[in-house]
Amino acid sequence: MPTLSAIDCDVHPGVPDIKALLPYLDDHWRDQVEDRGIPSLESISYPPNAPITARPDWRGPKGVAATSVADVGRHVFERWGAGVAILNCLYGVQLVFNEDMAAAFARALNDWIVAEWLDRDPRLRASIVVPLQNIEHAVDEVERRAGDRRFVQILVLAMGETPLGRRSYWPLYAAAVRHGLPIGIHAGSAYRHPVTSLGWPSYFSEDYAAQSQAFQSQVASLITEGAFAKFPDLKVVLIESGVTWLPGFLWRFSKFWRGLRSEVPWVDRSPAEIVRDHMRLTIQPFDAPPDAVERAIDHLRSDDMLLYASDFPHWQFDGDDTLPPGIPESLKRKILVENPIATYNRLKGGE
Amino acid sequence: MNIEVRQSARERAQRVKPAVIDCDIHPKAPLDELRPFLAKRWCDYLDTYGVRSRHGFAKGYPYPKGTPQAARRDAWPPGGGLPGSNLDFMRAQHLDHYGIELGVMNPLSPSGQGEQNPEFSAALASAMNEWQIAHMSRPEPRLKASIIVPYEDGEAARAEIHRRAGERDYVQVFLLSRTAEALGRRRYWPIYEAAVEHGLPVGIHVFGYSGWAMTNTGWPSFYIEEMTEHATSSQALVTSFIMEGVFARYPDLKIVLLESGFAWLPALGWRLDRIWKRLKDEVPHVDRAPSELIREHFWVSTQPMEEPEDPDHLMEVMEWIGWDRILFASDYPHWDFDDPFLALPPSLSAERRDAIFAGNARALYRFA
Repeated sequence: MPTLSAIDCDVHPGVPDIKALLPYLDDHWRDQVEDRGIPSLESISYPPNAPITARPDWRGPKGVAATSVADVGRHVFERWGAGVAILNCLYGVQLVFNEDMAAAFARALNDWIVAEWLDRDPRLRASIVVPLQNIEHAVDEVERRAGDRRFVQILVLAMGETPLGRRSYWPLYAAAVRHGLPIGIHAGSAYRHPVTSLGWPSYFSEDYAAQSQAFQSQVASLITEGAFAKFPDLKVVLIESGVTWLPGFLWRFSKFWRGLRSEVPWVDRSPAEIVRDHMRLTIQPFDAPPDAVERAIDHLRSDDMLLYASDFPHWQFDGDDTLPPGIPESLKRKILVENPIATYNRLKGGE
Repeated sequence: MNIEVRQSARERAQRVKPAVIDCDIHPKAPLDELRPFLAKRWCDYLDTYGVRSRHGFAKGYPYPKGTPQAARRDAWPPGGGLPGSNLDFMRAQHLDHYGIELGVMNPLSPSGQGEQNPEFSAALASAMNEWQIAHMSRPEPRLKASIIVPYEDGEAARAEIHRRAGERDYVQVFLLSRTAEALGRRRYWPIYEAAVEHGLPVGIHVFGYSGWAMTNTGWPSFYIEEMTEHATSSQALVTSFIMEGVFARYPDLKIVLLESGFAWLPALGWRLDRIWKRLKDEVPHVDRAPSELIREHFWVSTQPMEEPEDPDHLMEVMEWIGWDRILFASDYPHWDFDDPFLALPPSLSAERRDAIFAGNARALYRFA
């Protein structure tokens, strides 16, 4: 058996400037950007200068991190030894209200990823950014890009207009299954709603904390709406979720399912089982102190669920501790290599 | 192992019914009993416009409950009336049957909390406070009352606390979890100031309607999602208390989370610790690790107790929260009621079981 190196399942290429996308926009939208002075689509989910957005020593001369293949490669491949990395671009296409504009920018972003990243380093893979503002646009974008096997996943944000289990999104899941692509749900919001069910909080710290609540709601929605009953091959990856919210949530959710399952009769087994079969989580950040990490992993009751991710350039760890301290030695190979390969069909077979 | 089991069985035999303090009982005030405590203006208003919460349904709820009134099907009083409305039946079915030593009443509706009209909200809350004493705690000393406050108006809420706190039957200030803003925000601080002044814990019970989408990714479809969602809005409110610096301002404030479950709390504390470490400069008023503040200021209640596939996992979570911070709650008369005879994990030591059943509540609420 050949030696396989780690797969980094969450790396964020930085769009250095909206101008970088101009060559990939059609004439109309290129003109719109210039005529209307559209400054940027960056999102307050990661305020550009906030510590979480990029570790200080990773920022480039203009403050933006991870703006080039060389920059990403130096850390992710050379320093931390990954053999493959999956790019999840978080440029705020999902926030745009005009659905045509969203579709144009999603196309531009994915084409930029191909030309500026995938074509320049064979170790890179990427997620297809989709404009969920209109499900037809989203499916079109998947169809347009899925032929390129270097796209290994479809990327959506943790907070959108309606919960992701809603049937209006199902054409996207049909496309995902058709092409063997997991749905990656990444922390972030389209800001269609306040980031808490109690309105807009005062601090960015609360915004970031609220991401893990969004993941809970999305897991509940995908299961109760019956997405996995309809699409038994659907896989979902929860990216940058914090991980340790999951067990307690599933104990609660599974208990209510036992009491209220007549409301959702198509959910024919415990949510905890469904999650173990269909969902995976990236390990940065891992919200637990080192002495609780092993216990928290045990509470997942599965060795198959965790996927290695550095979350570069988000500042989740100091030094080179890409793996959260406390992860048992016996699990490392699963997390670094085997689980990612089992999750991403397109990483199999040396593709 | 066998010896331990025998010992524990003998213990149970010796003490047939352990002392139980139930921190979550829901009495229901029949409207006719409430009217004498309402001015005529508000009686008329109630008849004409009804209760208007921050959702669209004139009767009922956005998500139909699992059972009528979300009640146990056997909790309807034989003589008529709604579950929780008949004191004699509550005594027979709950207090006497389980040997409940003390019960904290948490009235949910009609209590005016979250009502859109602020003056009507204050009037209904006040009426509910008087009703609890006149119809429940005075005839039944085992029952203790909560001070219902019109929380969206901080000053009105403060005034209501001052009005009631002298009466010893009120043992806590009572809020719902889904408020128009997260509960750490300054508009709610008059409530905490008054609670601390009178030495009362603040109980926050799940439900209410914030007016915002019930999840931060929009409206869910199902009641089962609403029920799981209570944990997420509770996480947001705990986060708000921490990040707004409420405990730096009110170091004696004690918060009781009612019916929100608790297995999510340690993970939230760990998450907030990480965030605080990284983003401390944003919240310089948070001068201690969030998990420490949670450990010091928050109590949790058992029902609905999370049920892991491996029961040992629950014990670990309870350990992380702190054995002195967990209060027994039954949620009588609701459908997801926890039976005091069966609810707690059998592997708990007698000492921990007694603390959860009664000792922790006795210390928190200063029951003699």
